[in-house]
Amino acid sequence: MKAEDTAQKWTAAINEVAIGATAAQGGTRASTVTIGGARSIPWLAYEGEVGRRPAIAIELWDNGAEGWPEQLRKEYGEVMQDPVAWAKRAIELKPDLLCLKLMGTHPDMGDRSADEAADTVKAVLDTMDLPLIVWGCGVDEKDNVVLPKCCEAAKGENCLFGAIEEKNYRTLVAACLADGHKLIADSPLDINIAKQLNILAHDVGYPLEDIVIFPQTSAVGYGSEYVYSILERGRLAGLGGDPLLQQPVVATVGLEAWRAKEAQAPDDALPGFGPVEQRGPLWETLTATNALQAGADLLIMRHPTAVRNVQEALDRLCARPAA
Amino acid sequence: MYVIGERINGMFKNVRRAIEESDKTVIQELAQAQVKAGADALDMNVGPAKADPNEAMLWLIDTVREVTDVPLAIDTPKWAVQQAAVPRVAGQGIINSCKADLDQLEKYMELAVANDVGLVALTIDQQGVPADVERRVELGAQIATKAMETGLPMERLFIDPIILPVNVAPQQPENVAAALQQLKLLSDPPPHLILGLSNVSQNCSNRSLINQTYLVMAMTAGLDAAIMDALDTDLMNAMITTELLQEKMIYCDAFLDAYRMRA
Repeated sequence: MKAEDTAQKWTAAINEVAIGATAAQGGTRASTVTIGGARSIPWLAYEGEVGRRPAIAIELWDNGAEGWPEQLRKEYGEVMQDPVAWAKRAIELKPDLLCLKLMGTHPDMGDRSADEAADTVKAVLDTMDLPLIVWGCGVDEKDNVVLPKCCEAAKGENCLFGAIEEKNYRTLVAACLADGHKLIADSPLDINIAKQLNILAHDVGYPLEDIVIFPQTSAVGYGSEYVYSILERGRLAGLGGDPLLQQPVVATVGLEAWRAKEAQAPDDALPGFGPVEQRGPLWETLTATNALQAGADLLIMRHPTAVRNVQEALDRLCARPAA
Repeated sequence: MYVIGERINGMFKNVRRAIEESDKTVIQELAQAQVKAGADALDMNVGPAKADPNEAMLWLIDTVREVTDVPLAIDTPKWAVQQAAVPRVAGQGIINSCKADLDQLEKYMELAVANDVGLVALTIDQQGVPADVERRVELGAQIATKAMETGLPMERLFIDPIILPVNVAPQQPENVAAALQQLKLLSDPPPHLILGLSNVSQNCSNRSLINQTYLVMAMTAGLDAAIMDALDTDLMNAMITTELLQEKMIYCDAFLDAYRMRA
C-alpha cells in the first residue's frame, strides 16, 4: 500500500528581517544579519524552505550584571564591568550579533541617565562591527526617556530595539521610525496580544515587515511546552496567510535558562544533577535547541559553551545535503 | 471565506449609467472600495445596459483591471459573452455561471480549464431550481463528476445550490443549508460552495439583517464563498466573526481590522 503524502502546503512565509547596516547602507557594520523566511513549520524541509539560519546574539549588560550566576561571572570576569570590554570579549565567540541590555538604566539597578545609556550604545557600536540589539530595562517611564536617545545615537545602524508592549508602544515606535531601527514586540505568553500589538504598531505607521515578535521564552522545565504551543499557533497562522503573525521570533534563552535553579544551584543542593560547571551551559543549550524546534529565529544567549554548542547544532541543522 | 463583491452590476443605476456613458470613475471607485472592504474577487455584470453586452463586458474588465488585479467573475448567462470575456481574465478569473445540464457543463468546464479560471455551476437544470434538498445534491454530484472528467480541479469549482427569496420560498433557506452540508462531502478536497447571498432577501425589508443571519447559517452548513455586498459593513463583520468562531483565524481585540489586513 502506498503511504499517503501528508506534507502540508503553505501559502505564505515568515517575514525576513535584516538587522544592521553596512557603509553602503548608511551604517558602519561589517555585515548584516537576516532572520526569518521560513515557508514550513520549524525544520520540516520537505514542506517548504526552512528559512534563514537562526542567529545568535550574545547578551551584555551596562551595569556589571551583579546578579548573574557564578558560572557566568567566572566566564566573563572583569570585562563585565565595562560594556565595551565585554563586547570585545563577546565577539571572540563569533556570535551573529550582540544584545546590549540597558539594565543599568533601571531605577533600582543604577538609574543611569538617557545620555549615559546613549553613550554606551555608541561606544559598543564603535568598538565592534556586528549588528546590535538594544533592549531597555523594562520600566516603561524610564525606557520612554532612554530608548529614544539610544535610537538617535544609533541612527543609521539599523539596530533591533526592544521592546514595545500593548500598554506602551507609541514612544519607541516613533523613535524607531524616525531613526530607522527594527522593533521587538513583547507579548507575554498570549498569541492574541502578539497579534494585537502588531496591529497597534501598524496603525501608528510602523511596517509589519520590520517587527520581530517576542512571545516569551521558557527554560526547560519551566513551561517550555506552553511556549512551544503558542509559537506553534502563531507560526501556523502566519504560514496560513495571517500577516499579523508572520514576524520572526526572538527568544531570551540565556535569561530564562540561568534563572532556573537547575542551571545554577551548587552540586550539594541538587544531588544527582551533575556538576554545575556542565549543568548550567547544558541547561542553556537545551533551552536554546528547544526554542529552535519551536521556531525561534533569534536567540539571545549568555554562556560561551552554550553558544558554541548551539552554533554546532545549527551547523548540523542547516547543512545542506550534498547535491 | 471567499468574498466576491457584487456591486459592479448593471442592476444598480449608477453602474448602469457609468456603463452607458463609459464613465470609468464610478466603476473604479466601486472596485477599489470593495477590495478595501475585504472582497477577494469582483463580480462583473453589465446588467440590462443598452450597450452591446459583449463590448460592455470587455470595457468593464479593462476598466477594473486598471485599478486592481483581484480575480474577476464574469457574470452573464450569455455564452458568447463568456467566450469573448474569459480569455481576457485568464488565470485570474471566474466564470459566473453555468447550469448543471451535461452539455452546458462540458463546454463551460472546457472554457474554464483552457483559460485557467474558476467556474460557478448552479444546481439548476432544464426543470429549473430544485425545490428539495435531494435534487440539489444530485445535480451537485453531476457537476463534481463532470469536473473530474474534464480536469477542472475542485479548488476552482464553485457549486451554487441557489438561494431564493425568503418571502416567496420560505422553505428554501433550510433546504439550501441542508444541501450545503451534503455537498461538502462530495469529494476530498471538496468543491467550493457558493451562494448569491443577496437573493435571499430580494424584495424583503431588513435586507442586511436577513443577509447577515443567513450568511452565518450557511457558513455553519459549509458555505465557503459568496457573491455578496462587501460594502455592507455589518454583513462583512458577521462573516468575519463567524470565521473567528469557526477557528479560522486567531483572535485579537482588533480582529475585524485584522481580517481586512490580509494580503
